[in-house]
Amino acid sequence: MDKLYRLTIHELNILLRKHEISSVELTESVLARINEMENKIHACVTINESMALKQAKEADKRLRNTDSNPLVGIPFLIKDIICTKGIRTTCSSKMLENFVPPYDATVVKKLKAANAVILGKTNMDEFAMGSSTEHSAFFATHNPWDLSRVPGGSSGGSAAAVATDEAIFALGTDTGGSVRQPASFCGVVGLKPSYGRVSRYGLVAFASSLDQIGPLCKDTTDCSLIMNCIAGHDKQDSTSLPYPVPDYTKSLISNVKGLKIGIPQEYFVEGMQTDVRTTLEEAIKKIEEMGADIDWQVSLPSTRYALSVYYILAPSEASANLARYDGVKYGFSEQNVDSVIEMTEKTRQLGFGPEVKRRIMLGTYALSAGYYDAYYRKAQKVRTLIKQEFDKAFEKYDAIITPTSPTIAFKLGEKMGNLMQMYLSDVCTLPINIAGIPAISIPAGFSNNLPVGMQIMAKPFNEEMILRIAFAYEQATDWHMRKPNI
Amino acid sequence: MRLNAEKIKHIASLARLSLSDNDVEDYCTQLSEVLENFEILNQVETSNVEPATQSVNLQNVFRNDRVRKSYSQNEVLANAPRQENNCFKVKVIL
Repeated sequence: MDKLYRLTIHELNILLRKHEISSVELTESVLARINEMENKIHACVTINESMALKQAKEADKRLRNTDSNPLVGIPFLIKDIICTKGIRTTCSSKMLENFVPPYDATVVKKLKAANAVILGKTNMDEFAMGSSTEHSAFFATHNPWDLSRVPGGSSGGSAAAVATDEAIFALGTDTGGSVRQPASFCGVVGLKPSYGRVSRYGLVAFASSLDQIGPLCKDTTDCSLIMNCIAGHDKQDSTSLPYPVPDYTKSLISNVKGLKIGIPQEYFVEGMQTDVRTTLEEAIKKIEEMGADIDWQVSLPSTRYALSVYYILAPSEASANLARYDGVKYGFSEQNVDSVIEMTEKTRQLGFGPEVKRRIMLGTYALSAGYYDAYYRKAQKVRTLIKQEFDKAFEKYDAIITPTSPTIAFKLGEKMGNLMQMYLSDVCTLPINIAGIPAISIPAGFSNNLPVGMQIMAKPFNEEMILRIAFAYEQATDWHMRKPNI
Repeated sequence: MRLNAEKIKHIASLARLSLSDNDVEDYCTQLSEVLENFEILNQVETSNVEPATQSVNLQNVFRNDRVRKSYSQNEVLANAPRQENNCFKVKVIL
């Protein structure tokens, strides 16, 4: 059987359970695909073939004992900001280039327990700060739909890998859009769960009140299977919430009749590409035809403040979180110095890349004496207003739909010199993290042969509503089946 | 508000970050540009708004203080840039 790498989790699970294929065959197929494609895509930082094949053999044993877990034997990739015991976890930073964690993140533990097969780690913007994966300290990842373009970011390696079939699925992380925006740019499905739905234990912290781990995958069914595995309370993450985890596959009902869906005008922003707008409008009309009750005139006026709120809060939290990189306990350490303080200062100067340093500076400034109230405290107050606005909207609507990003994938290098242009790439995704609500990006069409993503959000801990609408739309369209010609 | 070189150097020292002269110049321009965008927040009336520190309504989360197995000294020190006698090693402090 050829091209196993093309299939989804749910398709492969049937073949594996019928013993028509083995996990070893499947893993070999995906590894061969990685070897074939990596010189063009550069999605991966670390690939561990021997470990993957060992895990695949183990999975085959479980399959012989008729293990019913749908992820058993499925090869996947992990964004290189999630700790993997014994596999280096670099955050695509010189600071952690040789860091090998002594423990697994909770999500990794859960996926290992399900006998999914770890292929390796994916490239990203350094410490997840960026929207194009060009801020990786190692190399830029390329978009499989057009190699001269970025895959989005910061989970660009994970998104590009899934789009290229270098993995059956991948894990990413999302602080301001880092799962959804690359999913949109690469034409795959990407979910940012509600804050507190998935454990952050073992996720290297960027902005702790905003970070969440989420899946990047080929369709909504796969998304629900991965969520079934990784969601849930974790004693080791005190911000994970002790709510029961539903069976997300039960949300996959192809029916949106009578659902109330709001379309906030503020997300169809100035600077949005016309094609993206019309593609989105067509996608929403499709959902309307399917029986949903669409309100095209919703207003969420605080949306315009979200970018500023985010770029105060996230760098502030980052400046505190990244204080731990002092050259003493782990990571890069500059030794050609005379004192401890000089060691720390030089270590941080040489170990961090420009965007990370920029955000540390910005956050330190916003938290410093005399500016705390004007920036940090002010941003926290506006955060309250943004959240209240969403709470109110979800009293009236079952879901809200917007574009995922105002543009299609941009050219490599196009926005590297323009800070605000790069930040604006996440303008439609940032408010969701500020409010802590769940949101998905699914393929909704094409513009100039490049994917356009649709963002669907619902109230906190209602991933089921999002998956239901996404699944129904997926059943009525075939955008998610299209593959880059590579 | 435009940040000057002195201010940038002060922030860098708070953040324990050495900067080159080029960095200082770049950050003056770049951070000032970003701060300018933040001015939009002054349009929002927030005098009666409570600040949000998180997006979920968690109160303090407690657990029992139980003794558990932790990592071995070797595991903890495995990534240390410098070590001696099972300790992290740094330059003389005093």
